[in-house]
Amino acid sequence: MAESLLSVHSLFKRFGAVQASNGFSLEVARDELHALIGPNGAGKTTALNQLSGELEPDRGEIYFNGRRITHLPAHRRARRGLARSYQITSVFDRLTVQENLSLAIQAHNGHSFRFWRRAVDDPVIQTAIAPALARVGLAERADIPAANLSHGEKRQLEVGMALAGYPKLLLLDEPYAGMGPGGAVELTKLIRRLKADVTILLVEHDMRAVFALADRITVLVYGEAIASGSPEEIRNNPLVRQAYLGDEMLEQGYGDA
Amino acid sequence: MLLALPVLAGMADEPYLVSLFSRILIYALAAVSLDLMLGFGGMVSLGHAAFFGVGAYVVCILSYHAFDGTPFLSWPIHIDGQQSALVVWPTAVLLSAAAAAVIGALSLRTSGMHFIMITLAFAQMLYYFFVSLEAYGGDDGISLFARNTVPGIDLGDDRQFYYLCLAALTVFIFFSWRLVYSRFGMVIRGCRENERRMKSLGFATFRYRLVCFIIAGAGAGLAGALIANQTEYVSPGLMHWTRSGEILVMVLLGGMGTLFGPVLGAATLLLVEELLSIYTEHWMVYLGPFLILVVLFAKRGIYGWLAGGSAKHG
Repeated sequence: MAESLLSVHSLFKRFGAVQASNGFSLEVARDELHALIGPNGAGKTTALNQLSGELEPDRGEIYFNGRRITHLPAHRRARRGLARSYQITSVFDRLTVQENLSLAIQAHNGHSFRFWRRAVDDPVIQTAIAPALARVGLAERADIPAANLSHGEKRQLEVGMALAGYPKLLLLDEPYAGMGPGGAVELTKLIRRLKADVTILLVEHDMRAVFALADRITVLVYGEAIASGSPEEIRNNPLVRQAYLGDEMLEQGYGDA
Repeated sequence: MLLALPVLAGMADEPYLVSLFSRILIYALAAVSLDLMLGFGGMVSLGHAAFFGVGAYVVCILSYHAFDGTPFLSWPIHIDGQQSALVVWPTAVLLSAAAAAVIGALSLRTSGMHFIMITLAFAQMLYYFFVSLEAYGGDDGISLFARNTVPGIDLGDDRQFYYLCLAALTVFIFFSWRLVYSRFGMVIRGCRENERRMKSLGFATFRYRLVCFIIAGAGAGLAGALIANQTEYVSPGLMHWTRSGEILVMVLLGGMGTLFGPVLGAATLLLVEELLSIYTEHWMVYLGPFLILVVLFAKRGIYGWLAGGSAKHG
């Protein structure tokens, strides 16, 4: 196995009486699509927030690209190539699609204490904007405010913004949430395309998508990784079956594989 | 129309209009500066008049020493009084910016309601500081013996002073317009929409918001330097929190997040105040409901209403 791009060593995080992360460990290898699944309340979002830097763990260590990032603030992690997209779409509604993407490009190209030249005339942004629009299929929607996009298009923009800085690792937080069947098919195609370029950690509820896309899967229960392996291994793991009562969700994923 | 105003006022034999409109232009400058942080940066401050007051006091205090012949400071460095606008106004802008840097650095660690309250608290601290400054008139304020001097322009002449205010406002709006669409402007507009997302994109948002706060404070400081020259008198009332509220109302009334809205807001508020106060001293009673109507029915202010669907500016 290749050297891990992201290496998480037993994170602990407590909120009052709730132990949201309870010795959570994870290894994400370069170039793989790693899925993180778990029943509701397993601590997936807490884990993700600690990886992206929005929460600090009580204990434990996080290494990214060979360096310790446990206490690095979110914006510095982003600059080192760790990008995330949000479950609740958080594009900038009042800015146009193009402006949304150009902000994401700006974030990774020098400082932005430039007060005079129009951002859209900045050569760095100008060369990067067209590929960024094309990559998520929004070239024709460039000039409309993000608020006017459909739910699916907002998702595409959301992912496009995370990708604009050419990150090494992309954290996708439940991209299928609230997605209709048509949008889901589009999104699966998009993620498949991305897989070739970037390492992805996918946190997802939709088992069909997870088993269709993932190279490896880690299962989180009560803040702890109870299993990690190929989709085949996870499907046959008795602990996992026990965690997902009734096995329905796994059967569903199996049927699709 | 603004260019021709002094001529029209001269024809109508109402020279008073020139000084009224100078005041409008100056408040418009303060309102535009507040809108940079409020409408574009999403920072609701109830302490903006503090910087306005600092700018005004710099003018009056330096002028006081220039006429008194006493130094403003003799230790550790010697600073004399000053009458030249070319020295005094940049000083007013720099000191307001410095005050904004300190207040901003502390206030911006909070957000939402806390931010509103802490900016208000800082402004009130400055207000009481100047109230207690007996050397400069304390509660009663301090008069300006003569307006500042600029080579080639006679600021004592109301018309020339008016054109200078118009020029200052125009330059500031042009600067703000460039700023809003620059890389920096994109970042502060992004922070207004969703600061958490900006961080996850890789922006150290605090620095950008602080610089925006400082630029807004500097703009208010320039407006303060002008108002001291216009009224030739400064009192702590200039930095009272109700004054901050007035500037905030100008922005809301005219259209938040637009560059010309605050100008319209300042003009409307001051003109309505002027008109109503002819008929009644309780003009606030009539102005209040008017404001509520505007806020309820013209959410994007007068500018948004005039410009219809085509208004942009983020």
